[in-house]
Amino acid sequence: MSPTVRVKTLTIDGQAVGAREDQTIMQVARENNIFVPALCAIEGLTPVGACRLCIVEVKGVNKLLPACATRIEEGMEVTTNSERVANYRRTILEMLFSEGNHICSVCVSNGHCELQTLAKKLGMTHVRVPYRSTMRRVDASHERFIADPNRCILCTRCVRVCDEIEGAHTWDVMGRGINSRIITDLSQPWGDSDSCTSCGKCVNVCPTGALFEKGKAVSEMSKRQEFLPYLTLMREGKK
Amino acid sequence: MSTPKVRVATIWLDGCSGCHMSLLDMDERLIELADKIDVVYTPLMDVKQFPKDVDVTLVEGAVNSHEDYERILEVRKNTKILVSLGDCAISANVPSMRNPFGVEVTLKRAYVENVTLNPQIPSKEVPPLMPLARPVHAVVKVDLFVQGCPPSADTIHFVIAELLEGRTPDLSERTRFGA
Ligand code: SF4
Ligand code: FES
Repeated sequence: MSPTVRVKTLTIDGQAVGAREDQTIMQVARENNIFVPALCAIEGLTPVGACRLCIVEVKGVNKLLPACATRIEEGMEVTTNSERVANYRRTILEMLFSEGNHICSVCVSNGHCELQTLAKKLGMTHVRVPYRSTMRRVDASHERFIADPNRCILCTRCVRVCDEIEGAHTWDVMGRGINSRIITDLSQPWGDSDSCTSCGKCVNVCPTGALFEKGKAVSEMSKRQEFLPYLTLMREGKK
Repeated sequence: MSTPKVRVATIWLDGCSGCHMSLLDMDERLIELADKIDVVYTPLMDVKQFPKDVDVTLVEGAVNSHEDYERILEVRKNTKILVSLGDCAISANVPSMRNPFGVEVTLKRAYVENVTLNPQIPSKEVPPLMPLARPVHAVVKVDLFVQGCPPSADTIHFVIAELLEGRTPDLSERTRFGA
């Protein structure tokens, strides 16, 4: 730790913890083995606060704050697991499930999906809002990978890993609100992309079966994400 | 006099019968259960009319056709505890994959485009589809959700055993969508 970094103290779920002043609530919670769910945040990429699954209560603040994108402050009192937070998280999950077509039983990522795992962990027994049953075009033009936007939750992990780690910026988000979707290059077929290096980082950070390898059948697509923190450290010259 | 047996029914809407197969997979545990429950209606038996005063009904499948719709209303009216058994009942699962296309395109695909012998869209015998395949709870109130495609025999046994004890089964560690 460099001498200029200061330490702050706060409580999370009543537990007194100390942390570097530049850390987020999520980082500190995890260091102390306190579970905070996340779908868009992933170690090694810049947090964006897109999915809101990590919302927590902070005493004195009316709004719920995303733990992944909120810096700690001296004396903060954080609650990660109140009834209110649990209800919001379940509702968010239900809306994610209803917005796309997440049919776990026939998905390549069945059994390895972060969305599915969280639904179980957070006790989402069913989806109370109507399913939208969207029809979004599957892109199978890449020689090794497929993008099925029906399973995309717009976490933007693919966009960030491609930009921040691979440096290609093949992926981006187009449109607004409910019409938002991920695109390759200028909304061209993935297989025609000049910028894509076919590194597969996007596929591996994708929390669902939205990005997957060709030739995988139901339940066969498990992702490898251990590489990310190492690449980030190497980039910062620490290894 | 012994305590009256719990009246249990199972019905099969738009599903693949996998949930019912899983039920049968309880094997010899079915015999144990037979001491405590009376199966009063099920597609595995030859009973035409859904009975009155059913304690627990396990529903497999989505509400997809007009017939499914009529049946689930009837079931709900006559059931105390309605259980959505399996992903099709809970989320409409695979049957809902036709939803984005609409009824007409779906029927054409199934009965005309992929058929060589006498292609035609059926007008009798096959119950007409509703605009969307829906989860059971989108149509009637559901009391318990048992995820899985299909839920395992162990899961179903646990559910029935807990209900017989008068408890609400806690399934959080036992099953999930797609299990
Ligand atoms: S494709 Fe996957 S990684 Fe990219 S935004 Fe969608 S869910 Fe996230
Ligand atoms: S993990 Fe914090 S908003 Fe997604």
